[in-house]
Amino acid sequence: MLLLLLGIILLHVAALVLLFVSTIVSVWTTSETSTSDLWINCSTANGGYHCDPASTGEWIQAVQALMILSIIFSCLSLFLFFCQLFTLQKGGRFFLTGTFQILASLFVMSGAIIYTVMSPDWVPETDYFGYSYILAWVAFPLALISGLIYVILRKRE
Amino acid sequence: MLTFLALASVVLLGIVPEQSQAIVIYTGWERHALVGSDIRLSCSFFSWRWTSEDVTFSWTYRPDGSRDSISIFHYTGGAAYVDNKGPFRDRLEFVGNPSRRDGSILIKNLEFSDNGTFTCDAKNPPDIVGRPSSVRLLVFEKVPIQAGVITGAIIGVVLGLLVLIVVIYYLMRFLVARRVFSLSVSKHGKKKKEGSQQRQLWTPPPLTCYPLP
Repeated sequence: MLLLLLGIILLHVAALVLLFVSTIVSVWTTSETSTSDLWINCSTANGGYHCDPASTGEWIQAVQALMILSIIFSCLSLFLFFCQLFTLQKGGRFFLTGTFQILASLFVMSGAIIYTVMSPDWVPETDYFGYSYILAWVAFPLALISGLIYVILRKRE
Repeated sequence: MLTFLALASVVLLGIVPEQSQAIVIYTGWERHALVGSDIRLSCSFFSWRWTSEDVTFSWTYRPDGSRDSISIFHYTGGAAYVDNKGPFRDRLEFVGNPSRRDGSILIKNLEFSDNGTFTCDAKNPPDIVGRPSSVRLLVFEKVPIQAGVITGAIIGVVLGLLVLIVVIYYLMRFLVARRVFSLSVSKHGKKKKEGSQQRQLWTPPPLTCYPLP
C-alpha cells in the first residue's frame, strides 16, 4: 500500500522534474555552434560565447506560456493530491488531482506540437532538436499516465 | 549637537561639488519605429551649474555595422546647425529647448538605412567633463510584439478561468446549501407551529477538498 503511494508520488515528481528542466534549460534547438529557444539563444560563433534573448514571435511566446502553465498545473496537482489524501472519504477517487495532471500533460503536448510545427519559421534547416525538446515529449506521456492513475485510483483506508 | 550638525553640513557641502562636477547626459536606450514615420530622439543633461549661454549639443550617427561616426547636428552660440550634406539632409529638425537643457532632434520619414546608434554630447561650460550617451534606433516594417506580452496574456487568461471556475463552484454549493436550508426550515417551521417552540442555530457546512462529482 505504502509502496503504491510512493510509486505514484515518484512518477508525479519525475514528470514535474522533467517539465522544470525542459522549460528552464534553453536547449530546444541545437546546432554545431549554438543553442536556442525557449528563452535565450546562445552561440559560440565569432570567438567567445554570447547570448541574446530569443526571438519575440507569437508562437515562441505561446510555447513559453504553455510550458509554464503545465508546470503550474502539475504543481497544483501534487498539492491537491496531498490535500485529498487526508480529506477524501474511503473509496473516493482523486478526480481533481487527476484532472489537473491530465491538463498539465495536455499543455505540454500542445506546447511541443506548436514548437514542432512552427519552429521551421525561425530555425535554420541545419539545426536539430535539442534535449529540452525531447524531455518535453517524454514528460507528456509520464504526466498523462500519472493523471490517469489518479483518476482510476480509489482511496483505501 | 548644533555644532556637530554645522560641521557635518560644511563637510558634505565641501565634498559634494568635488565629486559631481561631471555633467550627466540622458538619452533613451533603444527606440523602435516604423518605416516612413517620424521619431523624436530626446537628449537632456544634468549639471550642478546653471545653464550657461554657451551650452552646446551635438549629435553623431554611426550606422549599424560601420565603425565610423558622422556628425549630424550641432547647437552652439544660440544657433542650431543641422545636417545638410549627409544621410539626414532635409530630414532633421531641432525640436529641443536649450535653456531647459533639452537637445532633442526630430528625424522625419525614416528609412531602413537609418538603423544605427545616435550619440548625444552636451556641454555646459564650465561643466564640460562627461560621457556622451547613445540611443539605438531600430526601424521596422511592422512593430514587433514585445517579449512576454502574449506569454503573460495566455497564462493570465488560463489562471483567471481556473479561479473563476473555482469561485463559481463554491458559489453554487453555497446557494444550493442555502436553498436546502430554507426549504428544511419552512418544513420544520410548519411542524413546530403545532409542537414546541425550539429554535435551531444553523452552522455553515465545513469547506474541505471535496472532489468534483
